[in-house]
Amino acid sequence: MDMRDRIKESLQDKIKDWQEKSIKRIYFSIDKKDIFKVTQALFKELELRFITATATDMPDYFELIYHFSNDPAGEIYSARVILEDKLRPEIQSITPLFPGAEWIEREIWEMLGINFKGHPNLKKLLLSEDWPQDDYPLRNKK
Amino acid sequence: MSHKIIVPIGPYHPLQEEPEYFQLYVEGERVVDIDIIIGYNHRGIEKLSEAKHFDQVPFLVERICGICSSSHPYTYCLAVENILGGEANIVPEKALYIRTIIDELQRIHSHLLWLGLTGHFIGYNTVWMWAWKYREPVLDCFEMVTGNRNNYAMFKVGGVRRDLKDEDIPVLKKMLDELSPGIDLFRGAIMDDPVIKMRLKGVGLLTRKQALDWCVVGPTARASGVNIDVRRDEPYGVADRLDWKVILEKDGDIFCKTIVRILELYESISIIRQSLNKMPKSGSIDAGVKDIPAGEGIGRVEAPRGECFHYIKTDGTNRPIRHKIRSPSFMNVASDKVSAVGGTISDATLTLAAVDPCYCCTERVAVINKSDKRKVMNGWDLIKLSQEKTLKLKEGYDGRPE
Repeated sequence: MDMRDRIKESLQDKIKDWQEKSIKRIYFSIDKKDIFKVTQALFKELELRFITATATDMPDYFELIYHFSNDPAGEIYSARVILEDKLRPEIQSITPLFPGAEWIEREIWEMLGINFKGHPNLKKLLLSEDWPQDDYPLRNKK
Repeated sequence: MSHKIIVPIGPYHPLQEEPEYFQLYVEGERVVDIDIIIGYNHRGIEKLSEAKHFDQVPFLVERICGICSSSHPYTYCLAVENILGGEANIVPEKALYIRTIIDELQRIHSHLLWLGLTGHFIGYNTVWMWAWKYREPVLDCFEMVTGNRNNYAMFKVGGVRRDLKDEDIPVLKKMLDELSPGIDLFRGAIMDDPVIKMRLKGVGLLTRKQALDWCVVGPTARASGVNIDVRRDEPYGVADRLDWKVILEKDGDIFCKTIVRILELYESISIIRQSLNKMPKSGSIDAGVKDIPAGEGIGRVEAPRGECFHYIKTDGTNRPIRHKIRSPSFMNVASDKVSAVGGTISDATLTLAAVDPCYCCTERVAVINKSDKRKVMNGWDLIKLSQEKTLKLKEGYDGRPE
């Protein structure tokens, strides 16, 4: 069965907006509360490789995109999450599922100030320990 | 091992090229934990990129790393071309070949650099000298073709900046012809030398399960039996028109990582030779892309260290509004947490270097005695220790095959 169908079957109504922007780039939106279950399904059950996550400071919200690679077919599946709370953005951590996500979440946390609930080791990775609190380099300054 | 205190060198020191800092926690000879401290070299390139227009970004991102300085601009171009309709649809035929040739030349010089340093760490300084001797003509070819030994400034959205001249082709071919026997030499020296085998086998182990859990990429993953290579999985340039194969090993130790890289050198030579033969003699090298529409695109390239990933978000202006970069070492270095722990300190430098983390890191090691938290050794001591272990193996070897 095609990976597209397997993902649709596995995630069912968790997928909101399915877009195939080009042949091998598939984007879909999911709800913030589903991130742990979606990652579990994609990484553990469907055995996709986690590439990284992209966080962006948009004018009215934070956007988080989790990129997964289906290597045998050369496709990238990107799950998009919108965090509407601009003041205290927060989402569940996926690091408890696999250690490869640890640094990626730490980087997003320090660069954009998005909190990852349940992260086992949420401390500075690239910035120094004495970097001022509440100053996030990748947020857009007014 | 004596427990004297030595001031650690690094993370900044005139002797060292790049800052990265590892703290090994040891009990006796055994490494029980490791702290990886990075970020000394963080230059905010993702943010800087948002202030550059699309044609300036390749110059910026090739400065992320001097060793794989064609991978990042190539990945960026692929990400932008993903928005425009795909590399294969817009980039002219000849430019595709030039892109592949530059990309593979880079892999050759990067793998030779790694091989040399690994030789140095295990005390085979001849391997070090030879590897770098054979790397030099590759850099000369870069200089001839692109004008630069590093930071080639070849890539632009929609094509390449410089043409490969007809008179350059025989020089490139001659260099490859002379390089091949050099690599035979390394293959013989490393695969058949019983001491090197003893030294590298079973050291710095990363199992297939660990490789998958830590999401490692490139030769680090392929040495552990994870069958991934972007060049085959999602071909770019002319990779899908040429005859070559992905090198796969399964044990996940440093010996396998070395074998993967040495054998990949042959594949790269073969790819360049085929490209030079098949490349059209004339034709455009630039599609002349002017405007980038609003959208989002992802590009990825198999850099010498593994999959390099760029994500671009645009809004129709002349600059990206988000440029996410994930280099392969970001995933590979993190896996040291499992591959170095449990080994001995004499293997530590080698294990940390085996993922090819742009090297510098291994010179910034400090060993801390767990009971009293005192610093006991620095990077140079560890390299010495590693070389002594090889020497011991050599002395103890009675000439019999294993």
